[in-house]
Amino acid sequence: MAKPRIATTSLCGCFGCHMSLLDIDERILALAELVDFDRSPIDDIKHISQRCRVGLIEGGCANEENVEVLREFRRNCDILVSVGDCATTGGLPALRNLVPLQECLEEAYVHGPSVHNPSGEIPNDPEIPLLLNKVYPAHEVVKVDYHLPGCPPSADTLWAALNALLADEPVQLPYELIKYD
Amino acid sequence: MSTQVTITIDGAEITAAVGQTIIEAADAAGVYIPRLCHKPGLDAFGGCRVCTVTANGRPCSACTQPVMPGMIVQNDTEKLRDFRKTLVEMMFVEGNHFCMFCEKSGGCELQALGYRMGIDVPRFPFLFPKRDVDASHPDILVDHNRCILCARCIRTSRDVDGKQVFDFVGRGAHKRVAVRTGTRLADSDAEVSDAAVEACPVGALLKKRVGYTTPIGARRYDHEPIGSDIENGEEN
Amino acid sequence: MRAEIHPMSTLLDSAVRKICKSFDNDPTRLLDVARAVQEKYRCVSDEAVDVIAQVLHLPRVTVESLVSFYAFLSREKQGRVIIRLCDDVIDRMHGYDRVLAVFREELGIEVGETTSDGNITLERTACIGMSDQAPAALINDVVVTRLNSDRAREIVRELREHMDPNRLVRTYGRGNNAHDLVRSMVHNNIQTEPLVLLSAINRCGAIRKALSLRPVEVIRAVKAARLRGRGGAGFPCGMKWEFTRAADGEQKVVICNADEGEPGTFKDRILLTEYPDRVFAGMTIAGYAIGAQEGILYLRAEYAYLRAFLEDVLQKRREDGLLGDGILGRDDVSFDIRIQMGAGAYVCGEETALISSCEGTRGDPKNRPPFPAQHGYLGRPTSVNNVETLCCVTKIMEEGAAAFSQYGTKQSSGTKLLSISGDCRRPGVYELPFGTTLREVLALCDADDAIAVQVGGPSGQMVGPEHYDRQICFDDLATGGSIMTFGPGRDLLEVVSGFLEFFEDESCGYCTPCRVGTVLLKEAVDRVRADLCEPLDIERFEEMGTMMKAMSRCGLGQTAPNPVLSTLENFPALYAGCNKVDSDGYRRSFDLEASLSEARAIRGGHPEAATNGKGGPQ
Repeated sequence: MAKPRIATTSLCGCFGCHMSLLDIDERILALAELVDFDRSPIDDIKHISQRCRVGLIEGGCANEENVEVLREFRRNCDILVSVGDCATTGGLPALRNLVPLQECLEEAYVHGPSVHNPSGEIPNDPEIPLLLNKVYPAHEVVKVDYHLPGCPPSADTLWAALNALLADEPVQLPYELIKYD
Repeated sequence: MSTQVTITIDGAEITAAVGQTIIEAADAAGVYIPRLCHKPGLDAFGGCRVCTVTANGRPCSACTQPVMPGMIVQNDTEKLRDFRKTLVEMMFVEGNHFCMFCEKSGGCELQALGYRMGIDVPRFPFLFPKRDVDASHPDILVDHNRCILCARCIRTSRDVDGKQVFDFVGRGAHKRVAVRTGTRLADSDAEVSDAAVEACPVGALLKKRVGYTTPIGARRYDHEPIGSDIENGEEN
Repeated sequence: MRAEIHPMSTLLDSAVRKICKSFDNDPTRLLDVARAVQEKYRCVSDEAVDVIAQVLHLPRVTVESLVSFYAFLSREKQGRVIIRLCDDVIDRMHGYDRVLAVFREELGIEVGETTSDGNITLERTACIGMSDQAPAALINDVVVTRLNSDRAREIVRELREHMDPNRLVRTYGRGNNAHDLVRSMVHNNIQTEPLVLLSAINRCGAIRKALSLRPVEVIRAVKAARLRGRGGAGFPCGMKWEFTRAADGEQKVVICNADEGEPGTFKDRILLTEYPDRVFAGMTIAGYAIGAQEGILYLRAEYAYLRAFLEDVLQKRREDGLLGDGILGRDDVSFDIRIQMGAGAYVCGEETALISSCEGTRGDPKNRPPFPAQHGYLGRPTSVNNVETLCCVTKIMEEGAAAFSQYGTKQSSGTKLLSISGDCRRPGVYELPFGTTLREVLALCDADDAIAVQVGGPSGQMVGPEHYDRQICFDDLATGGSIMTFGPGRDLLEVVSGFLEFFEDESCGYCTPCRVGTVLLKEAVDRVRADLCEPLDIERFEEMGTMMKAMSRCGLGQTAPNPVLSTLENFPALYAGCNKVDSDGYRRSFDLEASLSEARAIRGGHPEAATNGKGGPQ
């Protein structure tokens, strides 16, 4: 019987949640026994190749590419899990939601204290994905089945959640594994 | 006239003193009723509504409702748990609560209620309001992004510190805590030793330069849910 | 420069001190002080706040707190003339948008702004009690009604000429609207024959009768008439008086709640305009019954145009021995009434918020217990009664409990004044016995084709034709008086959204469920209107509405979800669009194109970039 497939991605995140996944240490060997990895930064597969049992989403949606990737995951995964505060709440990148986009870009590319940009131009290449008006948590863009808060969620949290999901059980985290920081 | 009354909370009889509120009686009896704006020693405020129970079938805030002989209180029911959870989620989307870099994280009562209630994510859209930070004071930071308008600082400053440094201005969604004189905390007589600073349940009022001193894992609510002290009969 | 500023500041300082002094430097009159300063200086400036705080011995922030609470007070300087356009669902149905557009265009400013010459400020305001002659506006204290584009244009032109709002009124309404002290274009629009409340005035019969009884007998008569409070909640009036009478306290207080702010209600306007003696007699009788010597009429700021007239009526009653010391020659009976002006806050219609406001603070509702009957205005046992309730009291004294309760039903005795507006040919005030069916009401006001009726204002419920045989009474369709009718073709969700916007604007912000819930509900209904909702969203906000009803601190938050909850129940078809779920699991509420609008605008200069719709680096 084929092993269940897992896909993971980091949208507007810092890869810290993926680091936390690696922090399950030697248990990763057990995980590799249990599942096959599809699209993931871990194996550098660029697109989901076939239907996956679980999709792990790190990061919220800050630009149109994030939305497209998230939607690809939603279409191709049975269970979608928001992993970490950026996916569940927008997280640190959502600090920019308190500032208009134009001001944000000007601060980043024109007026910022460490910026050297004599032309005063904001990068504008058509290859660069357009930014969304604000950063969205994943569940405001697609339906999300489970949320694992934390910055990042601890390795134990991820391990507990994956075990439940792979055993076809609902994810119910004990008190000590729900943390928002 | 007797100074004691008997009430029941979720079917269990407890003895309460005449004049006590439901929450005071419950605390004394080791029954935890979730709360945010209530703080022993301060005048009841009744604003956060997290402590809403039903008394003889009618909803009321446990922090403002005095006990009455034979009162039947429902506290830990599925419906009230759902309502309170909804309420706490609403507080998370109302402000800008970035737990991941907040100095109060681990000791924050709003966050701790979220943990106790098992909230993984608020079910409502985040409002991302634009709010100010006042870092003018040399020793105290005011971050309105985290404020839940519980009035604990206002009441503590007025009634414990005897200063009345704060009050509310504005109404509805525009309501905020303001400073007694002018707009900046630096222009007031607030001091870092004021009890008001400690009274904040969230990270809206903070002492500068002392953040992050307690390591993760050793913070107040890392292992023990909020309310455990009451349930274990410890002094709080 | 310094030499110029200094005398100005001194002038302000002494003027504000004088205002404070006129209220005995009494901090509990802070609202009056702030109103007077606002009137004189068109704002309560930083300097004025400082002086007030100093003279009344209040922290500065307490003064700011009050000023920031009320819509009619302002920290920034406003124009010499303030146009407050009534932005209510009914006004919107009758051309508010067009009128607003003309004002904006002619004045060259947006809502909330003042013309550059500092002359005219444009504001929007909640219902001003003129729904039967909408669209309407307050121009300073002057009411202008039945506005349209042409009239709006004329108004701006005329104001630019003379800056005198009084001169905008050309013809007066009937009755006391034409009184020298009123001079208003407001029409009474009384649409029914007088039954009880709208019958001819008898200035002292009721008081004479009351004084011939012992106070407890007066209360007994009110109980015998089974009089229930007319504000909407229907608490038995006699019982309220009994509690207040029995409460400990030397000084007791009667407050008449003339803060009718429920959108679509304007029946108290008629009682105050045409039957003020009946109102004041009712207050005096209440005072006698509960043992109070102090009465307060809390008059909403929107009815300021009636103030001078009402003060005059009070003065005449004092001269005639119907108020003051020794009423009707009885040395042991004293009672007097002062008018407390509000300053624009719907929540002050809630009795404990109204008391806070009378005490000169923010209009925050108070915790209960203690109830006002035990611990009300300044800690004194207080009975707060609706204008209409007090008029009922007067009639009960004049004609007896039996004559009063011959009308109505067993649980709801007497008649009820209804303020009817919306899509009907005969908007106005109707006096009808309790128990009248909605169908009869609709026939009377000529709105038989109504697709929906809002009974009791935004805080009440919206019902459809299958409910038209229900009765107007406390136990069926309860209403403080507001009836809004909606004809074929009306967008009911737009109405719901308008009501929620009203609650969002008027929430005092004290408690979480109301402060946050009103914002989230409005947002959710607007998503429904944009066809962006899913079944889950409906479930969640139904749950939130139920929570708000149970957990909010006062009636405002407890009723604020009603527009949503009652339409979910009575008009489920409005929400039928929310049954859709995206087959790919995309959230329908997320609109990619809309959320790229800002970035596209910023990239605007590069057409090549703008066409790069979806995708990104592959």
